[in-house]
Amino acid sequence: MSARDTDWDGVRLHVVTGKGGTGKTTVAAALALALAAERRKVLLVEVEGRQGIAQVFDIPPLPYEERKIAVAPEGGDVHALAVDPEEAMLEYLEMFYGMRRAGKALTKLGVVDFATTIAPGLRDVLVTGKTSEAVRRRGKNGRRVYDAVVLDAPPTGRITRFLNVTSEVAGLARLGPIKNHADMVRGVVASPETRVHFVTLLEEMPVQETLDGIAELKEARLRPGGIFINMTRPPMFPKTILDAAGKGRFDVGELTLGLKAAGLADGNDAPALAESLAEALAAEVADHARRTSLERRERRTLAGPGLPRYELPLLADGVDLTGLYELAEAMRAQGVA
Amino acid sequence: MRVKAAPVLDSDAIVDDPRTRIIVCCGAGGVGKTTTAAALGLRAAERGRTVVVLTVDPARRLAQSMGLTQLDNVPRRVEGVEGPGELHAMMLDMKRTFDEIIEAHADPERAQQILTNPFYQSLSSSFSGTQEYMAMEKLGQLRRSDEWDLIIVDTPPSRSALDFLDAPERLGRFLDGRFIRLLTAPAKAGGRSAFKLLNAGFGIVAGAMTKVLGAHVLKDIQTFVSALDAVFGGFRQRADQTYRLLQAPGTAFLVVAAPERDAMREASYFVERLAEERMPLAGLVVNRVHRTTATTLSAARSAAAAEELEARGEHELTAAVLRLHSGRMQLAARESREQEHFISAHPTVPVTQVPAMPEDVHDLDGLRQIGELLAQGPRGARVAG
Repeated sequence: MSARDTDWDGVRLHVVTGKGGTGKTTVAAALALALAAERRKVLLVEVEGRQGIAQVFDIPPLPYEERKIAVAPEGGDVHALAVDPEEAMLEYLEMFYGMRRAGKALTKLGVVDFATTIAPGLRDVLVTGKTSEAVRRRGKNGRRVYDAVVLDAPPTGRITRFLNVTSEVAGLARLGPIKNHADMVRGVVASPETRVHFVTLLEEMPVQETLDGIAELKEARLRPGGIFINMTRPPMFPKTILDAAGKGRFDVGELTLGLKAAGLADGNDAPALAESLAEALAAEVADHARRTSLERRERRTLAGPGLPRYELPLLADGVDLTGLYELAEAMRAQGVA
Repeated sequence: MRVKAAPVLDSDAIVDDPRTRIIVCCGAGGVGKTTTAAALGLRAAERGRTVVVLTVDPARRLAQSMGLTQLDNVPRRVEGVEGPGELHAMMLDMKRTFDEIIEAHADPERAQQILTNPFYQSLSSSFSGTQEYMAMEKLGQLRRSDEWDLIIVDTPPSRSALDFLDAPERLGRFLDGRFIRLLTAPAKAGGRSAFKLLNAGFGIVAGAMTKVLGAHVLKDIQTFVSALDAVFGGFRQRADQTYRLLQAPGTAFLVVAAPERDAMREASYFVERLAEERMPLAGLVVNRVHRTTATTLSAARSAAAAEELEARGEHELTAAVLRLHSGRMQLAARESREQEHFISAHPTVPVTQVPAMPEDVHDLDGLRQIGELLAQGPRGARVAG
């Protein structure tokens, strides 16, 4: 495989996190498409049982099985897998101990339910374990089966605990098979081949959570990747106009003239109509100006950690398949993949 | 732009009704549940209730907005509440809450035995399930203390918004279940290995557990459960109590959403699930609704006029304003559609909206404003947009 001149050459596992509502799954899906471009093979993994991948790609719910779901720009395949912790546990039992039958018995007794939903960290070890296995998997020719794996991970608030499996299971298992499995996962997650990307909006809370998340991650000696600034809008007005509007000094007179020229204020009461419309629109501009200035501040804050930042446009028609490809192209144009 | 005929959620009527003792705010992550809970709490306090807001979200900014330097496991009084009532706020510390249950119910020696158990330590600080269980436990405690006449709680940012309903039951079911009974058998049989006493089927399972988890993990779990079991009767019973508390008529569930597909879909699931569980649903709060002031000018007409001006090379500024307006009208239309899907499926669920704010809430005034908008219902949102 030849190296491409992109920001994340050599990265095999892309973990995507973000505060709820920032479009984490959408960004993970678009990233998988971008990475698969030019005849590569990428696996997109989800772990929270939400069937988010099926929703963004508009396909039926995914089983616990890797399958091809999309073709990337200029050839290339995106495969997807929805990891189900219970299935992962049974698979783990079978793979390592040849105990499918015992697994069934455990399910009946509620042990699997316990292990995958209540036992601290065990669930996380199982799903990150499955992901790590896919990252390391090699074909008969000795090459990795997937050029990259993209993990649609839990939200920012949980991401470090989720990835920091060794310490999560430390209380549960200091020795033994679970510990060994956790160590294998740690080997993959902490390697230079893994990066954690953050998805954010230009709003206070998601930006603050992003900074907190990056700090926590570094403390756990894991590697942050890039910051994906989602749902951005191109500037619509020059800064001077916005500054004036923000201070309530927007030129309503000029706007009134413009509205008349555009034929939006016709009829007998044209002057009054144009004026009231102009006032209403000016209020929208003032609101827009406040948001823009807030966004500018948040953008500066995001520059703090010194990580690469990528801007993804707000999709006018909402997220659909076309939108995903648009986002993937935006990523490629900015050197993500 | 009016969201089609859904009944209006009257949040003031809910907080003013002295029979309302618990309000649960639930919904997908990132829709503003915690802010809604805090704003509603302030509103209720200023209308005369003695309120405690229990949050599970460690957002520092929210604490600051209530003038508290920190939120912890003890309710703190919020200063600056105008009116006759009181507002207190606290943040769930799940480990502390769990420790307190143990300390309250066990003699010191036994409590120590449990608190130092490695299995207990991971269980009590883990995120999966325990947080939901402890949130419900704390809610039960607050309710039993009877110090507040209204408790407002937001639900944990779970993998799935439904987890807080399921986790206590699940934890209770497991800890009271057959498997744990078998595990705890050796303690009761005077320390002899349980596995010898049990049938061969269980022998296979126990063997598997030992292989997978390691023998010492099993032992930790055994010690933990038998110590806990001796202390107080039945986790399941406690879970059932909390569950019944939630079904009681004094409880009001508010589903919180944002006018986006995922959040509305989650809201739908929630409404259906609450109905299945016979939990009293009060209504839906749609946060962050985008509204326009110039509703008479349609998106299409605005865009066409902008295009016309651009083509003529005139009134550049007006064209940009019209583009902005067109975009906002489109967004508002899309948000209305997302809400209409919900309303068509659940036509009887009362709805209120809160408009998107340019900035986050930083102080009590900000919370107060949100509380007012909440109370105004969908009409308020239109004017304020």
